[in-house]
Amino acid sequence: MAAVTSRGQRFGRPVAILAILAVTLIFLSPILWIGATAFKPRAVATSVPPTVFFEPEVTPFVKLLTKRVQLKQPVAPEVYEAAPWWEKLVYDGGERVLKVGDEPQLSQYPNRFLNSLIVSIVSTVLAVSMGTITAYGFSRFKIKGEQDLLFFILSTRMLPPVVVAIPMFLMYRQFDLTDSHVGLIILYTAFNLSFSVWLMKGFIDEIPKEYEEAALVDGYTRMQAFFKIVLPEAATGIAATAVFCFITAWNEYAFALIMTNRRAQTAPPFIPSQIGSGLPEWTVIAAGTVLFLLPVAIFTFLLRNHLLRGVTFGAIRK
Amino acid sequence: MAEIELRHIQKYFGAVHVIRDVNLTIRDREFVVLLGPSGCGKTTTLRAIAGLEEISSGEILIDGKPVQNLHASERDIAFVFQLYALYPHLSVFENIAFPLKATGMAKAEVDRSVMAIADALAIHHLLSLRPSALSGGDMQRVAIGRALVRRPKALLLDEPIGALDAKLREDMRVELKRLHLENGSTSIYVTHDQVEAMSLADRIVVMHDGILQQVGTPSEVYLRPANLFVAQFIGSPVMNIAEASITSSGGKVAVELDGESFAMPHDLVGMLVEKNADRISLGVRPEGVLLSHEEKAGYRPVEAHIIQPYGPFDIVDLRVGSQTLRARTHTGFVEKAGERVWARIDPAQAHFFDTASGNSLEIRLSE
Ligand SMILES: Nc1ncnc2c1ncn2[C@@H]1O[C@H](COP(=O)(O)OP(=O)(O)O)[C@@H](O)[C@H]1O
Ligand SMILES: [Mg+2]
Repeated sequence: MAAVTSRGQRFGRPVAILAILAVTLIFLSPILWIGATAFKPRAVATSVPPTVFFEPEVTPFVKLLTKRVQLKQPVAPEVYEAAPWWEKLVYDGGERVLKVGDEPQLSQYPNRFLNSLIVSIVSTVLAVSMGTITAYGFSRFKIKGEQDLLFFILSTRMLPPVVVAIPMFLMYRQFDLTDSHVGLIILYTAFNLSFSVWLMKGFIDEIPKEYEEAALVDGYTRMQAFFKIVLPEAATGIAATAVFCFITAWNEYAFALIMTNRRAQTAPPFIPSQIGSGLPEWTVIAAGTVLFLLPVAIFTFLLRNHLLRGVTFGAIRK
Repeated sequence: MAEIELRHIQKYFGAVHVIRDVNLTIRDREFVVLLGPSGCGKTTTLRAIAGLEEISSGEILIDGKPVQNLHASERDIAFVFQLYALYPHLSVFENIAFPLKATGMAKAEVDRSVMAIADALAIHHLLSLRPSALSGGDMQRVAIGRALVRRPKALLLDEPIGALDAKLREDMRVELKRLHLENGSTSIYVTHDQVEAMSLADRIVVMHDGILQQVGTPSEVYLRPANLFVAQFIGSPVMNIAEASITSSGGKVAVELDGESFAMPHDLVGMLVEKNADRISLGVRPEGVLLSHEEKAGYRPVEAHIIQPYGPFDIVDLRVGSQTLRARTHTGFVEKAGERVWARIDPAQAHFFDTASGNSLEIRLSE
């Protein structure tokens, strides 16, 4: 037994590590490329053959966050000298930052980014909390037509969402929900809810009902038992569901493109809109993409322990 | 502490009739054991008393007050679950304090109560641990501590030590007995293990197919089983049961098992006539089968064919016609299989049942 294990490990280990490395590299290469582009000088970004080694600069990020116009003529040296480092970078590119009084004007990107955050966070909180309560009901109570209802909930995910985009758009226009945060939040919540219910039902089914029953006989109401016992026990599942809902809402493109154009526009439709006419600034777009990737990465990283347990939930419990 | 009364309890799960007209009174400070095979409705009965399961009809009274319509939280009863149900995200201390917090007790008072119960159960050193770090026996102690800490009206335990290994089960049995002697809480204890039942109970309630078969002290249930089910469920090795006929010739009365007759006292005939049973079954525990190496009055020769040494005694299977009669002898009494010995059924330990209904004929013979 021991011999078999150790031989398996001696050969298996390095092979497994190599395989994981290879797969990881394949999956990460687009992200590495975008990440590199975000720090490239403009000319280097589009050079053929591609440049792998270059001197990184943060100019794309400065450009991403500010409104700029082309300089008609080079700025006076004393103005240049007096400018802060980021403004110098813009001057170097033959542009200047637009200002109102002394305040530099921000581009639309921070606003779109904020929209993404608002819509994703609120819809995630709604989808997860509603999903958890619904799943609890399905898991703990006898419900007439339970299987049919659950199937119906799942069936809302069975056709590609874009199919209903036009009718949704018409409805939204009728209710004045186009280009509004509320509109997108409703959409994303509804979209994530079915998944949230199903995922949470799986997790809550795994929590022995004796835990709550112990709380019930110990003098707690069902509501208190839910908050004091079920929620903490379901934390792993809630984290996993939240990450999933957040990623779905954060990355959603099609509806955001159709339903919003200005006030409530999120980052995904905004970033490609920068390509616009004329020469696209690939480095700026890459910078926008890199910033866009951060929240999901941070969120997932913070919840990584819960996620790992979530994946192997059934396995360790017993 | 309290008295619990069950009146005509019925419980259906869909079409399945799980509890059938159960009537039972558990007296204040009494330790009652619900004993029966798996699936007979013990857990359901217990959960109904706790308020975790709604009954289909009947009344549950605690101290004379009907509680069947109260929520579990309003019945002031504690429940120890089969798999302990300790909250995994709380420490042992917090687990035990949990029921006290529901009552809004002041923190200092909570601390004092938890410490007191930890003393009683000798689990002080565990208070800061998580349940997952505990052994099975310690989990059980904590679960009992959590149940006892708020001094409930009654304590319900559902196979609380069933999941422990044999040695630990024995220790915990003694500990439970000690705790009950110290606390005197009205307790209902569910088990399918007759040894647990016999050793712990003030009264045993034998249950089968949702019906109470017999309620009595351990010795009543053992010595005077009310029917064939109880007779066979209680006692190990199992009681010998066989259809028998009574013969009476030349002033000698005998019970005939598969053509072989064993002598019985005269009184038996009269008693049997009175009961008017068509077919009767004879039951006798292995210790009621007496053996001898020499021929004696009332003994008949039989062949021993299997000998099982148990340590303090042997169990010997005797061939009686095509049937087996199991006897308990002192160690080494029958040396090897195939040996011939003389056997007798002790009339004082013989039980007679109506074969059709299974009920005891309540015939007790003494010589
Ligand atoms: N929630 C339930 N739904 C349907 N049937 C149940 C339920 N709980 C128990 N039963 C059935 O009721 C019978 C008694 O169960 P239970 O009280 O758990 O028996 P025991 O504790 O004596 O082993 C069993 O046949 C079981 O299958
Ligand atoms: Mg049970």
